Amino acid sequence: MTAEQGPDGTGIEVEGLVREFKNGPRAVDGIELRVEAGEIYGFLGPNGAGKSTTVLMLTTLLPPTAGTARVAGFDIVREGPRVRASIGAALQEAALDPLLTAREHMRLQTALHGLGKSERQVRGQELLERVGLSQAADRKVGGYSGGMKRRLDLALALAHRPRILFLDEPTTGLDIQSRTALWEEVARLAAEEGVTVFLTTQYLEEADTLAGRVGIIDHGHIVAEGTPAALKAEIGRPTVEAVPREAGERGRLAAVLERFGPGAAASPRAAAARLEGGESQLADVVRALDSEGIAIETLQLHAPSLDDVFLAKTGRSLEGAEEEEQEETEVAAETVDAG
Amino acid sequence: MSGRLRTQVGQLARRSILRTMRQPAQIVPALVFPMFLLAVNSGGLKSTTDLPGFPTDSYLTFALAVPFVQGALFSVMNSGTDLARDIETGFLDRLALTPLRGVALLSGLLAGAVMLGLVQAATYLIVGLVAGAELVTGFAGALVIVALSVSVTIAFGSIGLFAALRTGSGEAVQSLFPVFFVFLFISAMALPLDLIQADWFRQVATVNPVTYLLEAFRSLLFEGWEPDALALGFGIAAAVLAVGMLAATSALKTRLVRT
Amino acid sequence: MSAAAAGPRVARFRDVALAVAWRSVHNFLSNPAFLVPAIVFPLFFFVAFAGGLSSISGVPGFDFPSGYTAFQFVFVLLQSAAFGGVFTGFAMARDFEIGFANRYLLAAGDRRGIIGGYALAALTRALITWTILTAIALAAGMEVGGNGVDVFGLFGLAVLTNLAATLWAAGVAMRVRSIQGGPLMQFPVFLTLFLTPVYVPLGLLSGWIHAVASVNPVTALLEAGRGFIAGEPAVIALAFAIAFALPILFAFWARGGLKRAEAAG
Repeated sequence: MTAEQGPDGTGIEVEGLVREFKNGPRAVDGIELRVEAGEIYGFLGPNGAGKSTTVLMLTTLLPPTAGTARVAGFDIVREGPRVRASIGAALQEAALDPLLTAREHMRLQTALHGLGKSERQVRGQELLERVGLSQAADRKVGGYSGGMKRRLDLALALAHRPRILFLDEPTTGLDIQSRTALWEEVARLAAEEGVTVFLTTQYLEEADTLAGRVGIIDHGHIVAEGTPAALKAEIGRPTVEAVPREAGERGRLAAVLERFGPGAAASPRAAAARLEGGESQLADVVRALDSEGIAIETLQLHAPSLDDVFLAKTGRSLEGAEEEEQEETEVAAETVDAG
Repeated sequence: MSGRLRTQVGQLARRSILRTMRQPAQIVPALVFPMFLLAVNSGGLKSTTDLPGFPTDSYLTFALAVPFVQGALFSVMNSGTDLARDIETGFLDRLALTPLRGVALLSGLLAGAVMLGLVQAATYLIVGLVAGAELVTGFAGALVIVALSVSVTIAFGSIGLFAALRTGSGEAVQSLFPVFFVFLFISAMALPLDLIQADWFRQVATVNPVTYLLEAFRSLLFEGWEPDALALGFGIAAAVLAVGMLAATSALKTRLVRT
Repeated sequence: MSAAAAGPRVARFRDVALAVAWRSVHNFLSNPAFLVPAIVFPLFFFVAFAGGLSSISGVPGFDFPSGYTAFQFVFVLLQSAAFGGVFTGFAMARDFEIGFANRYLLAAGDRRGIIGGYALAALTRALITWTILTAIALAAGMEVGGNGVDVFGLFGLAVLTNLAATLWAAGVAMRVRSIQGGPLMQFPVFLTLFLTPVYVPLGLLSGWIHAVASVNPVTALLEAGRGFIAGEPAVIALAFAIAFALPILFAFWARGGLKRAEAAG
């Protein structure tokens, strides 16, 4: 058996989707989005922004409070079984049984999806090889590293050849090597097999590297959407960051930089400002510092990042927003349990 | 049963059995504790057979009924804790994303309890007989004892599944164990009903279904074929299973809110 | 060692022990998950044994003068004493598992005070259980044949049993430093307690269980305790010799555990 495909193709359409928890916040507050077939869509936001709740709704595991969504052409409320047959999902926790081996996981997953006996073994082996787990296939998953678990999670999500793949923070907690390997596989799936990927992440770099388009979510609202390049271009202003040779000069340094634009977040010893006039102002900055007699240890020009986009849209940095949102996430988790 | 449902039950049963076999910490206490209590009680309470009206000369034979019920209590813990862990780790969500049917999930999960029930029943019976217990109904009686033991194990296991689905917490399932333990102790576990002296205790034991499960086992061990006792024993197991499965099915619907 | 040097050492031990005991008792009292089973289980065993098995007093040769309720009360008292110690060992193991015990190891002026603190806590929780157990037993009509000194002797044995069990469990907890050591703490205590004349006097036991119970040191504690409550003291010297020897023995065991924990860092 292979995944179903609805009348409207293999994309995702979301209109006014809302999820409200009992006595809790509106985790998702009327989002609208459209993901085209074969596209990698990055859903970026801090912890508690509503990313996972959106994924749970789109994968039919959580009914929406209001709004509609179609996944692979099927309505997520009225056609849950058909949606599930069309999608693969690797949710936030790599939900694996520590007492089973990877091969046993594959056998279980392919059988539950209704693959024929002979096909189960072939498909299982093929996927385990693809994610680089064929050597470890007969070891219990309890002894796997975080990266191995994530790769197995991905392989299991692909067991029934879904046309749409949901990946909820697939690389959280992984080392750089494991992260890069997973990115390569996701990119290959989209490019070579035409799989539509809906990827949530709190890593700017992940969204920047992988996603064709990015939606930025905060407090349940999508605050910006577009290609990473277009979003950054919208902000348009690079940041200059400098570290003074004498620590006591930091205040004077910041004052000089702020002549060229508003101050920006910087490392503890540094000062930074967004250059209103673009990168051509860099020479003027150097001349101004020279004329003020401020000796500089390092000077860097940063191109606009998705964090700048987030900052511009929400007034907060994505990194800083995470801790602030943590408490909110816990409230939401409690209400999910209660509900 | 359709082919697909059979496959689903089979695969989940396979997983449940594999999990049980790979957790000696589940199997060993379920075998060792009831045998230890059997040894202590059959030695310590031997002199109660001198009480007028005690139905057998062998307290060991009388006490051998207890491990079958006590062992079944462990199945509440095992099946419940396993499912609760699946909920806690999100494995249930993984299963929910497949075309898995609820009845297949619950039946498959009980397969581990069936296997444990079989191992337990065979062990208790063999140890008891080797130690000198009677079995007046012979080999056929032994088979019925194993069947009754497995039925009780599955029945209690379904309560464990319900508790896991309702609470989603392994700790909450574990906390059920003392409750079941109370049911076992306030029954005709140590003495026949008519020899329990304290009125209130005898009254509680009389309405406690565990008493009749014990009496069904005892009838096979030292009284002979007693259809009423057996019907009551199997009937109680079936009733507990029916209630447990209905409650678990309803809790599963609440737990799996997939559309 | 001079008396002047001994003074601060005693003070250090006392300060550490009181601080550790305070936290343990606070956790025990403020968490129903710990408090309720500690109180309910002994009561349950008392009800199940004294109520369900009371016709055993009709067995030929059963001649305990204070009746079956008092006969079982002594067993449940000693059992709750022992398990109070074991459960405190669980708490200690949990503290090591979550790293909280490192805080004690770092801060304690005299680390033996840590063991002393857990022992004090174990005794406090046992005293709470015993108060309720005794009140219920008396309300249920338990006959006490012994005088005040006898009752003091009975509870003295219970205190020493509690201390011995705590030191045993502490020794295991500090060697394993994980709650997974729980069965290792519990099972030997369970085994030793139940391989005694639990349901009938030693004279009514026969076969292998009679042989085992006859050499089990806890049998002497049980028989002396039953003698105290009946007002017919028996095997007192042996029972108290055992009751004092066990904590001394297990104190060395616990001290060894502390050294292992210190070495493990």
